[in-house]
Amino acid sequence: MFDLVGFGANGWGPALLRAALMTLCLSAAGFLSGVALGVLAAFARLSGDRFARGAAFAYSALFRGVPDLLTIYLLYFGGSVALTTIGGWFGARGFIGLPGFATGAVALGVISGTYQAEVYRGAFLAIHRGELEAARAYGMSGLIMLRRIVAPQTLRYAIPGLGNVWQLVLKDSALVSVIGLVELMRQAQIGAGSTREPFIFFCAAEDERASQQGTRTST
Amino acid sequence: MDVGFLVDTLSQLMRGVPLTLELAATSVSSGFILALALALALETRRPSIVWPIRGYVAAFRGTPLLVQIFLIYYGLGQFRPTLQTLGLWGFFRAPFWCAILALTLNTAAYGTEIIRGGLQSVPHGQIEAARACGMSRSLAYRRVILPIALRQALPSYGNEIILMIKGTSLTSIVTLLEITGIAQQIISQTYRAVEVFACAGAIYLAMNYLVVHLVAILEHRLSPHLRAPDIETAVAIEGGLH
Repeated sequence: MFDLVGFGANGWGPALLRAALMTLCLSAAGFLSGVALGVLAAFARLSGDRFARGAAFAYSALFRGVPDLLTIYLLYFGGSVALTTIGGWFGARGFIGLPGFATGAVALGVISGTYQAEVYRGAFLAIHRGELEAARAYGMSGLIMLRRIVAPQTLRYAIPGLGNVWQLVLKDSALVSVIGLVELMRQAQIGAGSTREPFIFFCAAEDERASQQGTRTST
Repeated sequence: MDVGFLVDTLSQLMRGVPLTLELAATSVSSGFILALALALALETRRPSIVWPIRGYVAAFRGTPLLVQIFLIYYGLGQFRPTLQTLGLWGFFRAPFWCAILALTLNTAAYGTEIIRGGLQSVPHGQIEAARACGMSRSLAYRRVILPIALRQALPSYGNEIILMIKGTSLTSIVTLLEITGIAQQIISQTYRAVEVFACAGAIYLAMNYLVVHLVAILEHRLSPHLRAPDIETAVAIEGGLH
């Protein structure tokens, strides 16, 4: 049984390991694009502008209410249709698919951005008002205050919440296999399909993912 | 924008709503019972009981739902002869039951943690008061501890219900024709992915909106002690006292 997922002549170990690396890269890219979206949305939610607040609220309500699988499908097919149309203007024929990795990363970013926004908002609200007042009393400009007072403390308070979001992204990255990217899940499916031993392969996939989560908790 | 197509798609997708609701309702309710039992079992603090439950919770919270569904539906199919001799093959052959099993085990793992948190948040004074009134352990659980704990756990449990409704979309991958499954069928016939998925998303959004509000209403009804009493009831109580 262990030959199958090992590194021998007909072992699937190298393939699974490469796929695990892909899962890690995809999750990292998705998480980082989620940081950008999350910070932006949290900023909008906290701002005095009614339009910005409304937009941020709609963003989080929309993508938290729709299944993640649908978001991924929608971005992939929606993007591909747009790309195909644009390609059509320039004389290209047939369906142009978006690259799986980029779409997956953007989709994971959009999904995790809604959760990250909440985390950052909560973290910002946890900063003592007195500290902001003190900073202002020192005559700090908004930008310096952000850099020296707000950002470091917000990040500190956000770390536990961000840990949860990372787990979420790592697990959601399995869904990206449906648009054809060969990450851990897809590789396990391929292995299971060609050896007819699905149980072993999905267990291996589960195992490697668990170890990736383990590295996060131990650091 | 082709309004006729959208209306047509919506009405076709609506046929998937009963199955989606059936999957979500069955797994959430059976998951809740399992979670309640496991959370109460954790309260015994016996290592031989606590550690297996912790292992189960960690395994199901740490892996993607998609992998769990695959493991149960495709993975266990590998052991068909064994399952057949055990007489369980009828259950594991049907994608519907495999999906229910995966969703239930998944939500029960999260639910155990939520209810455990609720149980821990019950103020110690309340438990002491119940004991001082001479309530037995089980009576104290029934009348004091569980009501408070479940009330505490309700907001998080509302989140879990929404996650489960969204989770049912994954069962389309094991051939179930719920909303997402029907959406994929329509797309393979019409090649109009964006409109169809947008319609499907709208249905999920409406369902989740409904759940959020139902949970909010329930929360409101269950926490009269946290609200300022309105004057009429206060006067009525006052009048009754005199």
